[in-house]
Amino acid sequence: MVSPSRDVKQVSSAEPQGPGLSTLSVHAGESRQKPANSLTDPIVCASTYSFENSQAIIDYIEQDQQRGEYGRYGNPGEWVVEQKLAALDGAEDGVLYSSGMAAIVGLFMTRLNQGDEVIFFDECYHRSREFCTKHLSRFGVVTRQVKACDYEAMEDAINENTRLLVSESPTNPHLSVVDLERFATIGKKHQVDTLIDATLATPYNLRPIEYGVDYVLHSATKYLGGHNDLLAGVIVGSKEKLEDVRKLRGIMGAINAPHSIYLLERGLKTFELRMERHNQNGQAVAEFLADHPAVEKVYYPGLESHPYYEVAQETMRGFGGLVTFLVKDADWRQTANIVDHCKIARIAPSLGGVETLIEQPLVMSYFQCTPEERKRFGIQDNMIRVACGIENTADLIQDLSQAIDQATDS
Amino acid sequence: MNTKNLSFRTRSIHVGSNRDPQTGAVVPPIHVASTYVLPGAGEPSEFDYARTGNPSRQRLEQLVASLEGGVGGLAYSSGMAATHGAMMLLKQGDHVIAGADIYGGTYRLLHKVLNQAGIEVSLVDTRQIHRLDQAARDNTRMLWLESPGNPLMSITDLEQCCRWAKSRKILVGVDNTFATPVLTRPLEFGADIVMHSATKYLGGHSDALGGVLVTSQTEILERLHFFQNAVGNVMSPWDAYLVGRGIKTLELRVREQSSTALRLAEFLSQHPRVRSVNYPGLEQHPGYEIARRQMDGAFGAMISFEAGDDFSQAKTMVESTGLFQLAVSLGAVESLIEQPASMSHAAYDREDRLAHGITDSLVRISVGLESFDDLKADLSQALDSMD
Ligand SMILES: Cc1ncc(COP(=O)(O)O)c(C=O)c1O
Ligand SMILES: Cc1ncc(COP(=O)(O)O)c(C=O)c1O
Repeated sequence: MVSPSRDVKQVSSAEPQGPGLSTLSVHAGESRQKPANSLTDPIVCASTYSFENSQAIIDYIEQDQQRGEYGRYGNPGEWVVEQKLAALDGAEDGVLYSSGMAAIVGLFMTRLNQGDEVIFFDECYHRSREFCTKHLSRFGVVTRQVKACDYEAMEDAINENTRLLVSESPTNPHLSVVDLERFATIGKKHQVDTLIDATLATPYNLRPIEYGVDYVLHSATKYLGGHNDLLAGVIVGSKEKLEDVRKLRGIMGAINAPHSIYLLERGLKTFELRMERHNQNGQAVAEFLADHPAVEKVYYPGLESHPYYEVAQETMRGFGGLVTFLVKDADWRQTANIVDHCKIARIAPSLGGVETLIEQPLVMSYFQCTPEERKRFGIQDNMIRVACGIENTADLIQDLSQAIDQATDS
Repeated sequence: MNTKNLSFRTRSIHVGSNRDPQTGAVVPPIHVASTYVLPGAGEPSEFDYARTGNPSRQRLEQLVASLEGGVGGLAYSSGMAATHGAMMLLKQGDHVIAGADIYGGTYRLLHKVLNQAGIEVSLVDTRQIHRLDQAARDNTRMLWLESPGNPLMSITDLEQCCRWAKSRKILVGVDNTFATPVLTRPLEFGADIVMHSATKYLGGHSDALGGVLVTSQTEILERLHFFQNAVGNVMSPWDAYLVGRGIKTLELRVREQSSTALRLAEFLSQHPRVRSVNYPGLEQHPGYEIARRQMDGAFGAMISFEAGDDFSQAKTMVESTGLFQLAVSLGAVESLIEQPASMSHAAYDREDRLAHGITDSLVRISVGLESFDDLKADLSQALDSMD
């Protein structure tokens, strides 16, 4: 009933035309009249679907009908969420996976053949990097990494085997912001597909499809689900570019579960409200930290001091809940001490849920790395990453403030 | 974590959601067990049987109790089960005074169920304190209030009513479903018990049934718990999880939905095909001044109004919306519309309905989370469709 009507070249910082974002989050993808006339979508747990008779199977195949066949090929709840997510991103279609990593792997396995090359901006989620360097390599796929936001280096690295250009925006945990126009243009010029992992931005803050990016990926585990209670991943793009991706998912089996899909659909209903709060909290916490004498440096695209402030102003509507900072004159233990003194923020990996989470990348995700590797990835001993939830801003600032005070006193 | 001095929104996210000590999970597990292994025969343990207590339900109870500022709470299988739970405090021969504008299901419970247990009821316009005086008897034990009332959004001065009841040792229960603790916290005004249909704003996503009672007194809590355990009308752990998850965005939802509702009420009151609008946030609403004192910064997301000239025009209107869906219930992210005369209040005699001000052309909307512009456009085209 509600479909996104949008102008492709529209400035992304403005409210989308057509239905508002909340109207889309609540209604897009859903049919108005549902089974049993229930107001919300049922959770269909069936692993398989029956046909009335043999002719119905033949019709299903010949007419390419969308209906249930076997759970691994799709689920009614999944189709709703895929359409909802596509609508939020202004894309034609979406393919949902059991996790963000499953989505990344699903796309790479579809698009890359032996001998093909993929180019990455080097700041990225460490598991995405690991999959490419340790596993895609086993299938003869070559991964090239260039410095984040070095467009010339990226263009120089392209050769006739290059199939995919990949970046996150903003990147994790340094929050570098990609100039999507340049990124997409390089892809178009060399006829190479482009992928943006927009997990940290969400469709509220960033709309890569409007810049001509081919694929947008989200770990829906984060802001889209929003409640730290489900795992999911999605890739959106054109129907044509997703057709093979969907087919391979049916074979690899990285489908999401009906219960998780329902929680994701439910979480999306408050997406716009939550994002407004995440953005507000992120900005306020970043500003608080930037002014704090015990803080050496803050990475946040909404701060003028951020190297990508200008690009962020142009491409993003808000800057999200993730804030990274360095503690002044602190070794890793003193830094850990701040993390350990937080009372509201919980020590956990992940981000994007209503609960604020905090972590020290050194300890959390990069503990097994050598100091040289950490240096190369830009992970400092005194770095802390806060993933602001939607609690009251004053409470979060008070929590960080007392944690810094207590840690520096002891 | 000491949560006392944290603000409302932070408490809605963290109270009852402590880190799970066993697994470290950021979101506590859903405990579906119906029974618990005891440390020894006859030895007490925190949980023994799920009707008596369940960790998932208990978390929700602690959460709502914190938001309402009570000593504790109990979660029931539906709002009506919760109201019934509160009424179990009464006994044969007791008398209840209830607001004239109460939810139809409560009306039915009082007049068709509790009357069989020898409990008497008087319905009173609780906006006028002298009416309470007239209705009070020696055996009056409970005053049951709802503000805003349904479907006319009448505003009752809770503080004044509680003061009146206190001086007569009458228990006060408030159905706070419409206002939610975001906007009104009746215990702060002196009420003894607050009731919620958690099906509505607390859950907020039209996908769980539930009720909650919160009280300001430990003694009442213990009696309510005794009855609940004896009767067994408890909330399921799955629903408790969904309601608790909903509450994490309660303040955001209620404030956003209320602000959209205020703008829609203003739009409706300017519309030539709308004869009257009942919304406590409009200055011309008789309860506006009380609502400003009693409701914290907003006026809720329920509106009723008279559309067109008669039953059939209003019926056409409610059947012509594209975004508002034709359904009873309220309080969720999806906007709903209904005609009380043919739906929520169809069981009343027409004369009774009219006497209560529920005319044939009355339309009630529950404003959801959709964008104001989209909802306004939808109402506007539906009003035009009456011509
Ligand atoms: C930017 C980014 N991309 C992808 C992922 C992987 O998603 P998932 O954990 O849902 O597999 C994550 C988080 O873990 C992430 O932060
Ligand atoms: C104000 C009010 N109180 C109580 C109830 C009953 O709640 P439930 O339907 O959860 O039993 C409702 C809704 O139906 C209501 O609107």
